[in-house]
Amino acid sequence: MRQVAIYGKGGIGKSTTTQNLTAGLGEMGKKIMIVGCDPKADSTRLVLGGLAQKTVLDTLREEGDDIELDTVLKVGYAGIKGVESGGPEPGVGCAGRGIITSIGLLERLGAYEEDLDYVFYDVLGDVVCGGFAMPIREGKAQEIYIVCSGEMMALYAANNISKGISKYANTGGVRLGGLICNSRKVDGEAELVEAVAKEIGTQMIHFVPRDNAVQRAEINKKTVIDFSPEEPQADEYRTLAKKIDGNDMFVVPKPMSIDRLEEILMEHGIMS
Amino acid sequence: MDEREKLLEKYQAKVYKNRKEHLIALEDPGEDGQPQSIAANTRAIPGIMTARGCCYAGCKGVVVGPLKDVCVITHGPIGCGFYSWGTRRNKAKGEEKSGGKNFVPYCFSTDMQEPDIVFGGEKKLEAAIAEAVELFDPKCIMICSTCPIGLIGDDVQAVARRTEAKYGIKAIGYSCEGYKGVSQSAGHHIANNGLMRYVIGTGDTPPKKKFSVNILGEYNIGGDGWEEERILRRCGIEVVSIFTGDGSFEALKNSHLATLNLVMCHRSINYIAEMMKTKYGIDWLKVNFIGVGATCKSLREIAAYFQDPDLTARVEEVIADEVSLIADDIAYYKSKLTGKTAGIFSGGSRSHHYQVLLADFGMETIIAGYEFAHRDDYEGREVIPFIKEDADNKNIETITVEPDPDFYREVYAADALAKLREGIEIDTYDGMMPEMRRGDVVVDDYNHYETDELIKRIKPDIFFSGIKDKYNIQKAGVSSRQIHSYDYSGPYAGFNGAVNFGRDVTMALYTNAWEFVVPPWKSQPMLVGSVGA
Repeated sequence: MRQVAIYGKGGIGKSTTTQNLTAGLGEMGKKIMIVGCDPKADSTRLVLGGLAQKTVLDTLREEGDDIELDTVLKVGYAGIKGVESGGPEPGVGCAGRGIITSIGLLERLGAYEEDLDYVFYDVLGDVVCGGFAMPIREGKAQEIYIVCSGEMMALYAANNISKGISKYANTGGVRLGGLICNSRKVDGEAELVEAVAKEIGTQMIHFVPRDNAVQRAEINKKTVIDFSPEEPQADEYRTLAKKIDGNDMFVVPKPMSIDRLEEILMEHGIMS
Repeated sequence: MDEREKLLEKYQAKVYKNRKEHLIALEDPGEDGQPQSIAANTRAIPGIMTARGCCYAGCKGVVVGPLKDVCVITHGPIGCGFYSWGTRRNKAKGEEKSGGKNFVPYCFSTDMQEPDIVFGGEKKLEAAIAEAVELFDPKCIMICSTCPIGLIGDDVQAVARRTEAKYGIKAIGYSCEGYKGVSQSAGHHIANNGLMRYVIGTGDTPPKKKFSVNILGEYNIGGDGWEEERILRRCGIEVVSIFTGDGSFEALKNSHLATLNLVMCHRSINYIAEMMKTKYGIDWLKVNFIGVGATCKSLREIAAYFQDPDLTARVEEVIADEVSLIADDIAYYKSKLTGKTAGIFSGGSRSHHYQVLLADFGMETIIAGYEFAHRDDYEGREVIPFIKEDADNKNIETITVEPDPDFYREVYAADALAKLREGIEIDTYDGMMPEMRRGDVVVDDYNHYETDELIKRIKPDIFFSGIKDKYNIQKAGVSSRQIHSYDYSGPYAGFNGAVNFGRDVTMALYTNAWEFVVPPWKSQPMLVGSVGA
């Protein structure tokens, strides 16, 4: 079982990318579970066709200890299983603790079946506290992909996340598998992201072009592969899936100093 | 090398450097007459088994917990509430002033569970308040936050405001999470601030008698406060309120109308004493009702403050009568105890108070220490301007008060007060160390290792401490009495309390069972070894 965590700046398209990518893996016959680690609980709506299940934490709150896995785990497109950790409304309680609680509970409920090929963790934004690092602690995700674009703040975030990963890489076994560029049509985007990836010591595993097909599929609560399998964008996700499935480049990232990051941005004409 | 040096030299360099400032052997005052200084109220070194408690313990456990008509809710997982439930022996009984209410035997807690931590605990807190209001109908609710509440950011002050609006009662939220400050002391300060801001001065029932006082820093452990009130009442002095042993919200509201504040535990309540002086002009007198001599002295000082011949005469009558009633008992226990030595490790005032009582029985205190005292408790308040501020104490809010336009009044003008100060300790405290002798050991923030070592090296006959080290001390063959809780006994204050204390100490010293036990490792080799091949 490969456990994969997806991080990246808020709003960059982690959930969209994760679901489209897992649809590609599902099409290849892989058995997959997605664990949404975002209090907004919108990490599985494209594979499940809408907000289909109760979140783990809501169930824990309302049902107490007596929880059935079926209430929180639903099966969607290509047999992909989806669970949402859920969490408090903004400004209340502790979302980080929620993720820890939720993943612990999923383990005890037996959600991690032997025959799964992949578990994907779709994690909210940055590694802001211990809770958001839960998916990359020892015994959890071994590989991480960071979704980014050629925009400055996305690359800042990618660099920051690399810092978090390097901390856990030294104590646990987690490695960075690469950057996924979810294009925002920034000038020289692929080259810039490649340069940043190289500097961190990793790769840009795939460049996902911007395409309205994604938007159309999302409105219909579906992934591109499910909604319009013939679109070129569907092939992009299939390619990403294949690349990840065959990836063998796993590194301890070497995060840059802010100065060096700004230098690279300048070289590629973003900051001038 | 003296015993202190030998004890300290076991520490590694960094720890040694820190602890040598906290553990001192008293010297004679230097040429300049300056007393020695001691380091206090700083962070305990991680890894050292300090006897200190936490901020929540200081706020809930010490200061606000004893208020009998207040429903004090511990907001957090159940452990903090449970272990602060009934363990401090602050006695209380319902009375007219508290509307017949006494919640002290209860433990109120929100019992936060994992989902409450994740989703926030305000709703559960409000549900707990609703339940408490329905079942107990309190006039005041206080919410004490424990560590996780600070982490998840529940707004307990906002909940308190909503409670006031909804039920028309007083509600106070305390952010006294355990991790705040360096010890319980932070919690005392936070509690003092809350009482000053929201309770004191909100009532309008004046005292009935001519001479009226509040007793500050008396927590009625084992009934101490009752004995003090009994004596004061005999003298014709009205006790308006007690902060906070057997105290009540209803009485505290009117405390600003009393004439004089008597301060027992300086550490935990000096903030209120000072603020009431500024806001209401009420002078405070450092008293000590622990010890026959000390009680007599305090009563005479109270009389001296009021400068009333009738009161002075009455006080002398009471002293003569009380002392004659206990004279035989005191003489008997003195004959048993004279010449014995003692060590005392307490929180922040008792180590001073009890030295005076021990001296009544001819006993000498050779080791004294505090868990959470500040330098002024050791050296006297004149060092306050010289205490170095650090991030830890700046982190605890200090509130400033202004003279109250309606209630500020001075009993004495400045010059009359200055004259009075020549005779008695008004609005100040000289600390514990000036009353000790050369060679005595004073320890701040004492820890397990130092307690063990001091007992081994200095060998006092009896040691007064708390539950954390009681049995260790006993197992070392030294008699041990709990000076925080009185081991289910008391009162120890006042005249009758002195007799109780003499009896308990005599029993402890003359039936020191552990001294007669020889552990196996003292008489048989415990290690078995063989010569390696």
